[in-house]
Amino acid sequence: MMLEGNRLSIAFGGVRAVTDVTLRVERGELVGLIGPNGAGKTTLLRLLTGVLVPDAGSVAFEARDVTRTSIHRRAQMGFVLTHQIVRPFRDMSLLENVMVAAAANLTRRPWRALVAVEAQPARARARSLLERLGIADAADKPAHSVPLGYLKRMQVARALALGPRLLLLDEPLAGLNYSEATRLADLIVELNAGGITIVLVEHNLSEVTRIARRLVVLHNGAVLAEGAPREVMTRKDVRDAYLGNEPAVGAAHA
Amino acid sequence: MDYYLSVATFGALNVILALGLNLISGFCGQVSLGHAAFYGLGAYAAALCSVAGLPFPVAVVAGMLVAGIFGIVVGIAALRVREDFLAIVTMGVGFLFLGVVRKQQWLGAEMGIAKIPSPLDKWGYALLAIGAAVALVLLSLHVRRSWMGRAFGAVAQDEDAARSIGIDVAGYKIAAFFIGTAAAGLAGGIYAHMTQIIVPDAFNFIQSITILAMVVIGGIGSTLGVVAGAVLLTLMPEMFRFINDYKLLVYGTLLLAVMRFSPEGVAGLVRRLARTAQARGGRRPA
Repeated sequence: MMLEGNRLSIAFGGVRAVTDVTLRVERGELVGLIGPNGAGKTTLLRLLTGVLVPDAGSVAFEARDVTRTSIHRRAQMGFVLTHQIVRPFRDMSLLENVMVAAAANLTRRPWRALVAVEAQPARARARSLLERLGIADAADKPAHSVPLGYLKRMQVARALALGPRLLLLDEPLAGLNYSEATRLADLIVELNAGGITIVLVEHNLSEVTRIARRLVVLHNGAVLAEGAPREVMTRKDVRDAYLGNEPAVGAAHA
Repeated sequence: MDYYLSVATFGALNVILALGLNLISGFCGQVSLGHAAFYGLGAYAAALCSVAGLPFPVAVVAGMLVAGIFGIVVGIAALRVREDFLAIVTMGVGFLFLGVVRKQQWLGAEMGIAKIPSPLDKWGYALLAIGAAVALVLLSLHVRRSWMGRAFGAVAQDEDAARSIGIDVAGYKIAAFFIGTAAAGLAGGIYAHMTQIIVPDAFNFIQSITILAMVVIGGIGSTLGVVAGAVLLTLMPEMFRFINDYKLLVYGTLLLAVMRFSPEGVAGLVRRLARTAQARGGRRPA
């Protein structure tokens, strides 16, 4: 078992954002996490990665309980997240953004980092990742000056630079045009084939049903359905949830 | 000659103080409005050691360590608050230091500590202070080049993104506070032995703001800019006596001018001028 979110719950004020959700991801899987707006996808992802601490439930990564492990420790362990809203280091170039992640072994301890100056290996690795993501042409441009599509892909490069075994991608395709999205989706499949377990939160249903081998549908903070993409997407309750054909429609926006 | 030596010594001490603050604020992005408190902690700790009969080098190192250890404590406090709140917390640290020192008899209360043994002559202090300032310049330049500097940059620009790529944000903030405040403690130890008398008011809020002004006017984050800022703000009151009387007014005006016209300080101004000159030089042959 790569990742196990066990009976996770969290409420904000009186709003129950995620209720009793269990999510198991096996090593090597490519799981799509979908659901209408406000279904609790991002909240669940934040619970899994440690941005939020659950009110109840636990998270295990490779059979180790990480419910209260800090985000940076999880990242060091190989459990890496990309943010839905791009979070570049704005004054660094795209290359430098990825370099900082590529040198994670050097920056792990501040005092070790103080005596580490050699940047060439990290630079080379960062450049090859930018090439892989198709954004090497903007490698030396500062992050605040490049379009969103570049930043979204830079985030994936930065996550890959950490050498993750489990990658949680929060809407990586949002903001990309059709061909960019298709290319990145193909790369995600390729990464998965290369041995990285991937959980993907995505609004782009056509891409996610194309690439994911299993879908988990969240609705109103709970798991509504899970299974093979084709089967899940033909279920009536899933369609209703997306189309809003149900009485409790107000709760979906909570 | 004595006068120039003492101006040079104070200039060097200011360089140390400003570079220490620049490490915390410029490199790691953490605001501090109480830097003078660490200057004072170093001065008081070193003075007490010397008065107790410990050798000068031990006293100076003790001053550094005491300031650095309190810096770690403030760094830990800094983990809970960000930006404007951190500004208030560090300002509070400054006032807390003064409040405690002013009331403690064993620290001399308002009268401070006098008759601190002085093992060096004017030349000795000047060389020591300048040597320490040069060492700190080199350390700053090194940190900027090292992975510590890059990680500081990541923490300064986006803490959450830094965490998500495995950077121990808390550890780096504490490291920045330790190095920066230990530097202030070093300056304090030299200062106490040179003047042989220290009073609480030498380490007040105005002193903290003066150090901050040196950093901002010089160009926050730029080592050489900050050195220029520290030297400039040391010399100005010496060259124009009236500035000494209206110090805060002048610094305030300068700070506003920098914020308005060159947010990157003297360093930014020089960079821009250099670029303009280069562009003109490039065009001329055509």
